Amino acid sequence: MFWRIVWIVARKDLAIEARSRELINTTIFFALSCVVVFSVSFVGEGGDGRAIGDAAAGILWVAIAFSGTLALGRTFERERYGDTLRALLMAPGSRAAIYVGKLVGIVALLIATEIIVVPLIALLFQAKLFEHMLLTSALLVFGTVGFATVGTLFAAMLARARSRDVLLPILLYPVTIPVMIAGVRGTSALLAVEPQLDMARLWVMLLLAFDVVFVTLALWTFESLMTE
Amino acid sequence: MRKAVVPLLAIAGLIFMTAPIIIVRAPYESTMGLVQKVFYFHMPPAMLMLVSAIFCGILSGVFLVKRRPVYDWMAYAAAELTVLYGAMAMVTGPLWARKAWGVWWVWDPRLTLSLLMWMVFVSYLLLRRYGGPGSEILAAGLALFGMATSPFVYLSVNIWRTIHPLTSVVPTLPVDFAFPLWYAFTGFLVLYIALMLLRMSVEQQRAMLDQLYLESEE
Repeated sequence: MFWRIVWIVARKDLAIEARSRELINTTIFFALSCVVVFSVSFVGEGGDGRAIGDAAAGILWVAIAFSGTLALGRTFERERYGDTLRALLMAPGSRAAIYVGKLVGIVALLIATEIIVVPLIALLFQAKLFEHMLLTSALLVFGTVGFATVGTLFAAMLARARSRDVLLPILLYPVTIPVMIAGVRGTSALLAVEPQLDMARLWVMLLLAFDVVFVTLALWTFESLMTE
Repeated sequence: MRKAVVPLLAIAGLIFMTAPIIIVRAPYESTMGLVQKVFYFHMPPAMLMLVSAIFCGILSGVFLVKRRPVYDWMAYAAAELTVLYGAMAMVTGPLWARKAWGVWWVWDPRLTLSLLMWMVFVSYLLLRRYGGPGSEILAAGLALFGMATSPFVYLSVNIWRTIHPLTSVVPTLPVDFAFPLWYAFTGFLVLYIALMLLRMSVEQQRAMLDQLYLESEE
């Protein structure tokens, strides 16, 4: 029953998205804009087009975090606009399942964005992001799940608050900073001239631990946070 | 509850007035000299800030489960005091760091963790201030997540190098240093309790006022 509700909610979001393609188009374009803005700041003059130091890893993760915030705000804005959030919460079945359904939708969207943005960064900054595919994808997937876990919960609870557009990034970034640190450090360990695989594995484990703790905490609090 | 505020403030005032005398009399630290004396006003607020943040997180968790307003008042007061004490620690810290390390700030685990916890609680206050009705529940969720994130911040930044003195030095301090430290700490603690009680009674009165307002409208 739990997974059936998860599937229904996620499928609903993905079906809306597949028809309008509003979020995917805007999110990818926004991520691209971020990359361009960063290229102005972090690529040295007259060089070989590489980003300064570890900046390629940073650019990747900041682009994900920024475009992720945009997508999070928009998903719940859509629910609010159609006044469907209350209907969703009133639906029979556990609220935790509704949360997980929303989370699955957001993670799918962000992974789709990453599929476009990661090769782009590899191309534009000559970053060797594809040399250790497995570790890079593990970092990206666990990092995205960690960011989206907190993000979905905060965006859902802010859906009814005043000035939610400003509050979402303000609340989200301090709490998800470990994800950013682990993602950036792990990716730059892989991008180093001599890739440090052990270091990257350590960061993957940290992200996994973060995901487990925050998914548990979110499932546990979602019900009471969404009660009016 | 409110009756205790004035005597507590008086005690705190007395301690803060006499603390400089005790601190001046404490011996000089061998390597850092005079600047080490900032320590007596840096470590107590820094420690109380972390304690207060954890306190706020726990109270918020209890509030989410029990929904009794008193836990929310306490959590709100604890969040404000976390921001206040954090500000004190972050003013005194760089003053000391500039002399001891030669820089105002380093991205060391302890410093990063303190800054981020402080930021979580500033965002808590922003949420309560601008979030509109029902924001106390959202803020409770935020405090809970903010508390849960701190071990991860500490772990993740710890993989970089640390230069901040370890807190394990505190129990091993010679008595000449320990006495002024705990004296100042008591001052900060008493002030904390007094402000907490005062802040809670303000919230209580605000709730009472809302109640009376509702009743008069009926």
